[in-house]
Amino acid sequence: MYSKKVLEHFMNPRNVGEIPDADGVGIEGNPVCGDVMKIYIKVKDDKIVDAKFQTFGCGAAIAVSSMITEIVKGKTLDEAMKISKDVVAEALGGLPSKKRQ
Amino acid sequence: MMIYLDHMATTPLDPRVFDAMLPYLKEEFGNPQSVYDLGIKAREAIEKAREQVAYLINCKPSEVVFTSSGSESNNFALKGIALAKRREGKHIIVSRVDHHSVLNSARFLERLGFTVTYLPVNKYGEVDPATVEKHITKETILISIIHASSEVGTIQPIEEIAKIAKEHNVLLHTDAVASAGNIPVDVDKLGVDLLSLSAHQFYGPKGVGALFIREGVEIVPLIHGGIQEDGRRAGTENVPAIVGMGVAAELTKKELTERMAHVKRLRDKLVAELTSRIENIYYTGHPEKRLPGHASFCVEYVEGEAMLLLLATKGIYAASGSACTSKALKASPTLLSMGIPAHIAQGSIVFSFGKDNTMEDVKYIYSMNFRKS
Repeated sequence: MYSKKVLEHFMNPRNVGEIPDADGVGIEGNPVCGDVMKIYIKVKDDKIVDAKFQTFGCGAAIAVSSMITEIVKGKTLDEAMKISKDVVAEALGGLPSKKRQ
Repeated sequence: MMIYLDHMATTPLDPRVFDAMLPYLKEEFGNPQSVYDLGIKAREAIEKAREQVAYLINCKPSEVVFTSSGSESNNFALKGIALAKRREGKHIIVSRVDHHSVLNSARFLERLGFTVTYLPVNKYGEVDPATVEKHITKETILISIIHASSEVGTIQPIEEIAKIAKEHNVLLHTDAVASAGNIPVDVDKLGVDLLSLSAHQFYGPKGVGALFIREGVEIVPLIHGGIQEDGRRAGTENVPAIVGMGVAAELTKKELTERMAHVKRLRDKLVAELTSRIENIYYTGHPEKRLPGHASFCVEYVEGEAMLLLLATKGIYAASGSACTSKALKASPTLLSMGIPAHIAQGSIVFSFGKDNTMEDVKYIYSMNFRKS
């Protein structure tokens, strides 16, 4: 069901953890209907210099969290805001259609 | 290397069943309706299978109708009885923990004008016979309660429910797809009028099931056509699969006691080890009145599908009732109706043992360490 890349990110997720003095913390999702993601970012000169995540969820959720924290590093806040779910899905080599949410 | 622990999903074909089926996939290809020798031999083969299945559940061969699956048997029972009795009443009772094939058949009947009561369950997933009685009305024509749940292993009090059904003159159907092959299933002891079976749950082939219909019970066919199955289920019989089901049933009857003791030992060991080694793990379903090889848990803070993926990388195949593992992306209705909070239902993981599992399999699971050094 999952691509090699998704399984890679699931088995060896990047950037797992917390940033105690983070500049931004976001939490999204609901354990009742599925996954919960918490993302921490550190910003310097308008660029994201570090990102970490903690996710409760299935294979796709963990892989997506891992990939997104990789993608945003080095990007400006504006650029990061523009990253769509398709970009993440593509970077992961595609996600099964029912997992795209 | 594979450790298969999802016997509630399906079971491997017993080699003895395979051997019995082979001739009917090769030279014995006759249609059981044909008048010549080739057809007669096929006819005899399926009638022998019918006797073997009847012997498993303690009924008359004439009371066994072969179908394609447990789901078809369930559809046949619900719709066939509803249509047969529609002039006597329009009320049906099922449980919230019944299989989708029962629940969706019931919902379909609601659209046709029947009313359905979906009975709640307690925290173990059990239906209370008193609750069944409370909901019976003059309009009730059928009660359908699953014998044992494939999700949490709980065995329902069918015998007590049958007594109540009989007192009120209401037919009782039970889905024995998860129970037959794992515990004794005797239609007289249970007191049911209809009972569904599925071969691939007890080391038989996929694509064949059966519905027990007690003599005297009128039913409207689901599949109209020719005269097969005494006019109750049309379609050229799946001879090899039916032969397979018969042999699987016979082996099950012979070996059941042994198999039950074997899987119970393995299951009990796994439960003891996992509950002592893992924090925040809950054993779901009834602690005693449950299928002997069934171990269902909810692990807090870890999601079910993620657990299954990790286990699969180590060659361990299990199941889950989490939302992510369902096609509907909804957590198992069974777990939720037991009062398990949705976020804990997300951490559902189910191991179901079979006759070929060993204590080595159990040791491997509880000794596994996923931590990276």
